[in-house]
Amino acid sequence: MADNPNAKPRHSGADGDPQKSESSFLSDLFAPVAGFGVTFSTMFRKVATEEYPEQKRPTQLRYHGRHQLNRHPDGLEKCVGCELCAWACPADAIYVEGADNDDESGQRYSPGERYGRVYQINYLRCIFCALCIEACPTRALTMTNEYELADNNRADLIFTKDQLLAPIQSGMLPAPHPMVEGMEERDYYQGKVTGPTPDQEKWVREHSSDEESAE
Amino acid sequence: MTTHTNSAHTAGSDAFGASTPGDVDADTPVLNAVGGDWDDLVDEAAAMHEERIVVNMGPQHPSTHGVLRLILELDGETVTEARAGIGYLHTGIEKNMEFRTWTQGVTFCTRMDYVMPLFNEAVYCLAVEKALGITDQIPERANVIRVLMMELNRAASHLVAIATGGMEMGATTVMTIGFRERERILEVFEMVSGLRMNNNYIRPGGVAQDIPAGCIDKVREMVPLVHKGTKEIEDLLNENPILKARTVDVGYLDLTGCIALGATGPILRSAGLPYDLRKADPYCGYETYDFEVITRDTCDSYAKLRNRLDEIHESLKIVDQCIERLDKNPGPVMVEDKKIAWPAQMSVGGDGQGNSLDHIREIMGESMESLIHHFKLVTEGFRVPPGQAYVAIESPKGELGCHVVSDGGTRPYRAHFRDPSFNNLQAVAAMSEGGSVADVIIAVASIDPVMGGVDR
Repeated sequence: MADNPNAKPRHSGADGDPQKSESSFLSDLFAPVAGFGVTFSTMFRKVATEEYPEQKRPTQLRYHGRHQLNRHPDGLEKCVGCELCAWACPADAIYVEGADNDDESGQRYSPGERYGRVYQINYLRCIFCALCIEACPTRALTMTNEYELADNNRADLIFTKDQLLAPIQSGMLPAPHPMVEGMEERDYYQGKVTGPTPDQEKWVREHSSDEESAE
Repeated sequence: MTTHTNSAHTAGSDAFGASTPGDVDADTPVLNAVGGDWDDLVDEAAAMHEERIVVNMGPQHPSTHGVLRLILELDGETVTEARAGIGYLHTGIEKNMEFRTWTQGVTFCTRMDYVMPLFNEAVYCLAVEKALGITDQIPERANVIRVLMMELNRAASHLVAIATGGMEMGATTVMTIGFRERERILEVFEMVSGLRMNNNYIRPGGVAQDIPAGCIDKVREMVPLVHKGTKEIEDLLNENPILKARTVDVGYLDLTGCIALGATGPILRSAGLPYDLRKADPYCGYETYDFEVITRDTCDSYAKLRNRLDEIHESLKIVDQCIERLDKNPGPVMVEDKKIAWPAQMSVGGDGQGNSLDHIREIMGESMESLIHHFKLVTEGFRVPPGQAYVAIESPKGELGCHVVSDGGTRPYRAHFRDPSFNNLQAVAAMSEGGSVADVIIAVASIDPVMGGVDR
């Protein structure tokens, strides 16, 4: 199209062109067909394609996947309902509603005053930026490496607290139950609680039988 | 398929919006291809004896590099007028940023030009830091990590530019090799930031977290492979007669044209001006790295392609230097000022990634002041003194600028980006008018516009 007054390629001084300096008569001769060499040698190569649904490649450790709500070693929830995750979220994907723990009526879900009564993450809005887990002051919210979150309807992609809560590890007691006796909230964060005590186990046994008899 | 002559009551527009009122004269025939046999359409067009044909190429055309609409006026096979129609990917990012804290802004701007997310983040953070007046306080290690990530991103962006350009020419092998090599770089991004794209990694004051253990080894392992893969693309393209026939002297834009249209990056450097902000106005410590500015002066698409290939090698050269520095100098990656520094200290454990237990112990068990800082920074964010700042960096596509204005609050009063794709896209008309339709594809591919960045 446009006429080029400078058709001959000329390289300015700063330009380092390694191919140019190394070129010999033979390499110049074969340069136009060098691509065939690439194509040919590719035949003897391992294919880089990932066979995804059949073979799953593990993600990197820091990968931002599905969220998880964690528990203390005795089974109480770490979430204190502070809503920092919801504040930090740039996509408004998190909804939290806190409530007071109440030892007298047996409604204690977390150490301290408050717990997250309602906790929802809307995966239709979530952009996996991880600001929520960076905001969480109790490591209640973490991100796992699970990435298969597709679904065929919108309602199921709003994950509720029971879906997000970490499974009970062996030895843990499901909330609600009282805190470890003689410990206060800060002891939990200082790592002084390592598992449920016999008193907590007794409390849970008593109260679960109450419910069964009530039914 | 319909043919009709516009009369007053149709006002020149049709149900498909192919032409708009005032676009054409009242008696200009409008021909719409909406399914049916192509030959019939050609016959209809031929029957009208109309010389001038206006064709909408895009926004859904596979060869237009995203949702770019090109309005081409054709005389036979020759393009007599080319206009770019943009706005099909407008996402309101700049406006949205006005309603989020300064830190949250990173998650928005990283999504503008999604092929170079780390440059978007870097320029925004540099602008915020300039407005805060803390540019000198950014830790050395944070700067090196930024440079490392940006240069890897530059290589990845150029690989995508070449890969998609090759695909638009019908060279799918170039595409597969380009994306294969880019994958190696994205793996490093995933390792460092947890995400392959839209990383949200560079933050005002530093970076989100230090590079993980084993990252340096992985980069060392990866760099020679990307060099090798790039060499394969060079073997495929550099002297390929078909490629040269399609790109040499096509998409020509000389230095005067580049300057007049504000074109920067590989386009400007293909016209012979060694203008690179990394050298011209260094930031993040670029003056301490050893690299060359690649220029050619044939002003055509071939020169732009070769410039990009050479720049990949130069970028990887800088990556090597970064790795050496990171290996030697440990240190903080976030600014010291606790009133600005994002408070998170991340760690990966059996329960996934979250704030480290040490950090939890400090804020929840020991220091009430740390807890207050944590809450204030997350809920409200830091305040930026009233004023404005403009920072420009050299992105793979050219000069990427960010202008932030603060009214003293915790959110930007205005955040504006000078995206190089947008300015470079102006050159489409100058580069493709007078050429054939096939040359338009080459010209657009050599500009490498990313519509996410153009429309923001």
